[in-house]
Amino acid sequence: MSQEIVQLLVDIVKLIIIASVIMGIFTFILLVERKLIGRFTRRYGPNRVGPFGLLQSIADAVKMMLKEEMVPGHVDKVIYVMAPGMALMTALSVFAVIPFARDTVVLPLESLIGFSVYLTPWVADINVGVLYLLAVGSLGSYGIILGGWSSNNKYSLLGALRTSAQMLSYELPLGVAVLSVVVMTGTLRVTEIVEWQTQFAGLAWIVFLQPVAFLIFFISALAEAGRAPFDLPETENELIGGFMTEYGALKFGLFQAAEFVHAMMFCTITVTVFLGGWNMPFLNEILNIMPTPIQALAPVLHLGIFIGKSLAVYCSLIWIRASVPRMRFDQLMAFCWKWLLPIALLNLFATVMGLAITAELLGLW
Amino acid sequence: MLNEVKEAITAPLEVAKAMGITLKQFLRGPVTNQFPDEPAQVYPRFRGRHALKRYENGLERCIGCALCAAACPTECIYVEAAENTDEDRRSPGERYAKIYDINMLRCIFCGYCAEACPTEAVVLEHDFTLAEYDRWDAVYSKEQLLEPNNPEYLVVRDDEVFVKADTWSSK
Repeated sequence: MSQEIVQLLVDIVKLIIIASVIMGIFTFILLVERKLIGRFTRRYGPNRVGPFGLLQSIADAVKMMLKEEMVPGHVDKVIYVMAPGMALMTALSVFAVIPFARDTVVLPLESLIGFSVYLTPWVADINVGVLYLLAVGSLGSYGIILGGWSSNNKYSLLGALRTSAQMLSYELPLGVAVLSVVVMTGTLRVTEIVEWQTQFAGLAWIVFLQPVAFLIFFISALAEAGRAPFDLPETENELIGGFMTEYGALKFGLFQAAEFVHAMMFCTITVTVFLGGWNMPFLNEILNIMPTPIQALAPVLHLGIFIGKSLAVYCSLIWIRASVPRMRFDQLMAFCWKWLLPIALLNLFATVMGLAITAELLGLW
Repeated sequence: MLNEVKEAITAPLEVAKAMGITLKQFLRGPVTNQFPDEPAQVYPRFRGRHALKRYENGLERCIGCALCAAACPTECIYVEAAENTDEDRRSPGERYAKIYDINMLRCIFCGYCAEACPTEAVVLEHDFTLAEYDRWDAVYSKEQLLEPNNPEYLVVRDDEVFVKADTWSSK
């Protein structure tokens, strides 16, 4: 076999592993969310299945799978069945461009197959990675809209309508906030944005340089992921579940999974773009003076840091969910168009002007 | 416009306040009573399953007068009395309850039976685990109701909340 084919196979296996691990983390996150929400309301949360309720998510998954898989008679069958998968697939595919660590691991297999195999800590490192993040991330709303529309049910349709309006609106401040980061770092490549943040001993986190962009991104991401207080697409007490009303069994489970993976995805994007990715301040400097065997552990360390940061961001989402009540729809829209977008644009303008003036003063033009 | 600007300044503070409150509750820890593992806590005046009391010398208080059955608004109590003899003395009076059944499916736990009782024999105690697989099992016989039969899984609370509620009701 030629090197290219082996490399391709390795990448495909890596892709499958990453997708499965993310689904595994999702079951864990689900439990963490329920437990934390419980603690915030002074309950324990699920603690009956297995030690500390660790098997609760598995029990729920088994329940979902064993339920009767039924399609209501009045739905548009093809789209109805397709929608949950589409929602989940788009949420999962965003993880393709997220760098989980710094170093590419080289498997020295020259003696065996004649060439080395490279294990990159990302699936793809495309030069328009940020664009890909935003584009695929927003495709997730398609699943929800199609699901709500094909259900042929008033509540579902209302949920879908709200979703489309909300997602389209919040896409704008989200994009503009990321744009100011792109202007600053001068690259659309995700790995380079993370690399940029390792400057000044890893202290150049974009959240310190662009706090306004970070806040706008974070709020818009909450809305994009349909998380409280922006969970208008579901609103179980007004729309009895919104777009999910007509779904049951595994298809419902997939929608739920898509929602959580969507939120996880925005957490990882936040960490990658704003919170330094896999890096910690002074980590690389400390690693450089360490002996070689410890340096070889860097990818594991980076991965751990990345997962830890993402979890921390997710916990803040849970905290917000426990604290802030749901917005009204007109408030949601007014907030986006009257506040977030103008502030994001002003921030972009200020960033550009700041950069231009600095470049002028330093004589870089 | 001015209002909106004012709101834009206060809203983040409100959100911060809300998050502070939830964090405070988070740090205070759960108040859940893990019932089957821990004993359940009931208040002293909680009305659960009836108990038929005894005197200190072991004799039953119930004299089979059936006043409780007469007072019961749902007619869930059935009493059949029998004569005490010198060989078989159950209660200090002339008669005792041979049969004393309470249908727990009909009982509304109003406590009228306890109020009607002249010897304070029937009292609403704290047991609340009254689920049965068969509806005829919900008819509790005298053997099930007669003391001593206090369940171990109950703790009677006597704390501030109760005392407060009690002072309110006495006013």
